[in-house]
Amino acid sequence: MRSLAWVRAREWVIKSGLLGATLFSILITASIVFLLFGETFRFFSLDEVSVSEFFTSTKWSPLLGEKSFGIWPLVSGTMLIAAIAMTVALPLGLITAIFLSEYAPRRLRAILKPVLEILAGVPTVVYGFFALIFITPFIRDVLGIEVDYFNALSAGIAVGILCIPTVSSLSEDALQAVPLRLREAAYGLGGTKFDVAVKVVVPAALSGIISAFLLAVARAIGETMIVAVAAGATPKMTIDPRNQIQTMTGYITQVATGDVSNFGVEYYSIYAVGAMLFVMTLAVTLLGNLIRLRFQEAYE
Amino acid sequence: MSHFLSESTKTTPADAGIGPALWGSIWIIVGCAIFALPLGIATAIFLEEFKPANKVLLGLQGLIQLNITNLAGVPSIVYGILGLTAFAAMFGLLGSGKDPYIQFGATYYHQYLTEAIEPVLVPVDGPSDEPELIDGMAAYSSDYQPITLKVVGPDEELPTDPQVLRRTLRSDAVGGTISDKAWYYFQLPFGRSVLAASLTLMLVILPVIIISSQEALRAVPPSLRAGALGLGSTRWQVVRNVTLPAAIPGIMTGAILSISRAIGEAAPIVVLCGIVYISRSPQHAMDLFSVLPVQIFYLTTQPPDAQSVISFQNVAAAGSLVLLVVLLTFNTVAIVLRQITQKPLS
Repeated sequence: MRSLAWVRAREWVIKSGLLGATLFSILITASIVFLLFGETFRFFSLDEVSVSEFFTSTKWSPLLGEKSFGIWPLVSGTMLIAAIAMTVALPLGLITAIFLSEYAPRRLRAILKPVLEILAGVPTVVYGFFALIFITPFIRDVLGIEVDYFNALSAGIAVGILCIPTVSSLSEDALQAVPLRLREAAYGLGGTKFDVAVKVVVPAALSGIISAFLLAVARAIGETMIVAVAAGATPKMTIDPRNQIQTMTGYITQVATGDVSNFGVEYYSIYAVGAMLFVMTLAVTLLGNLIRLRFQEAYE
Repeated sequence: MSHFLSESTKTTPADAGIGPALWGSIWIIVGCAIFALPLGIATAIFLEEFKPANKVLLGLQGLIQLNITNLAGVPSIVYGILGLTAFAAMFGLLGSGKDPYIQFGATYYHQYLTEAIEPVLVPVDGPSDEPELIDGMAAYSSDYQPITLKVVGPDEELPTDPQVLRRTLRSDAVGGTISDKAWYYFQLPFGRSVLAASLTLMLVILPVIIISSQEALRAVPPSLRAGALGLGSTRWQVVRNVTLPAAIPGIMTGAILSISRAIGEAAPIVVLCGIVYISRSPQHAMDLFSVLPVQIFYLTTQPPDAQSVISFQNVAAAGSLVLLVVLLTFNTVAIVLRQITQKPLS
């Protein structure tokens, strides 16, 4: 029989160890914030760059010729990819979620859900390769649209396919959380299955669907390998998806794979771009999570 | 097939293989799992099983929870930047990765060609150390046999005996540093090494492991906990004997899924290491490496070759296939595991 003091001491040691592990996650966030913003500050203190140029100039050409640091071409490239991706992922993901939650028989659901989950595990570099050798030729030869070898359209579609499981699985959770009695009431009023799904269940789960959408947007903004492989490397302010563009993530990859000196202005520019990327995804994720937490309380 | 899985990347697509990248992936993933699993599961246990009664502390725990959910949404490339600065370069405080401040397990040699064009090795202290050549000094032959060097001046006549000539150097001979690193070689900062990459991937999958383990712990019915507590167990005894055994299948499913995510992750590794040509598998935790997804990325960026029937794109496709088979196997195992063990406990 162990003494009570020994048990208490062991309990305290274990609890402190677990607390230490938990605090590590705070440490990660703190180091991301301090590192990104600290180095960004150093980037702005270099002679070649200024804060006003960074936020007002529409030319981003840090690697060649006359250097210019205006973040907007990279931001617009990122937004273009995210917009194309959401045009693909939102309808398909939502339809999948509605089908799985409201229409699919239980047995089909039990098969389809794991299949979707396995799809979500396909590595993004493979999606990028798929965009390059399948989607681009498909757009050009089958749909007959003239596109560059690297273009925003095929990369955006691939990112969209990548985001479908995110949208569908989170939306389905939201649809499932709608109480059965709402459905029963709608059926009792003579609604068809379609009426119930589209006019009752989807509106009731709207906050959850919006949150799923926002989390998928964050994923699309941060997606790297697909755009690095298939979207090209030409920062450009354009909304024409047939063109080559460059995203923020694509730029960071380009700098990392090139031979760039460790202390040049190009090197510090990845911190500024990374900080911008971090702020954008954090804002979208935070909003999505807050909406989801609010909606979770709604029916409990 | 076995050639493709074992050989390194060659200049011609037909001979190219993915051997070093495959081994690199295995090294990185094992390292990543060793760091991420204990840390992630410990965090989940603390958040789920050690909930404080105090309202302020409960609020703090809510903040930590929100922080972890948001960390899961941070793009992996941002973790790559963090890993590059914090693990590979250690903020530049400890020298550079190539000339580290702290290291052990490495032996450095200065390699010279003797007057009979044969390599000899002169031991030195560090990578930037130049030895002074003295007549009669100890050195090693290329197969690490101890020998004695004969050093002659720049204008002196060379010995005629071929056996002596094999060990003769001019005092102004120029050599280069080579190193011989043991399997336990360790350095600070980590440089663009296997260890730095494992730690970086740990950051990427840690939030995912925490969240899935929490879900698994939450699925354990509270009545089991209440029963164990009622019998006089301490909180840790409840966790060890009741909650954790009940939640282990769920935790394992989440762990396998997140590890398969780490296998397919390329962005943080590209930021950490760039694309380096690697012709051999890692030999120690500080070695340079390549991983499968990065190798595929590199291959897709190669221009198509008009002369050859198969191009590097075909090699990329074959590499993707290998990666997909590995990942789908992992995911299927995880999901089947969950389907089998998903029985209500209450």
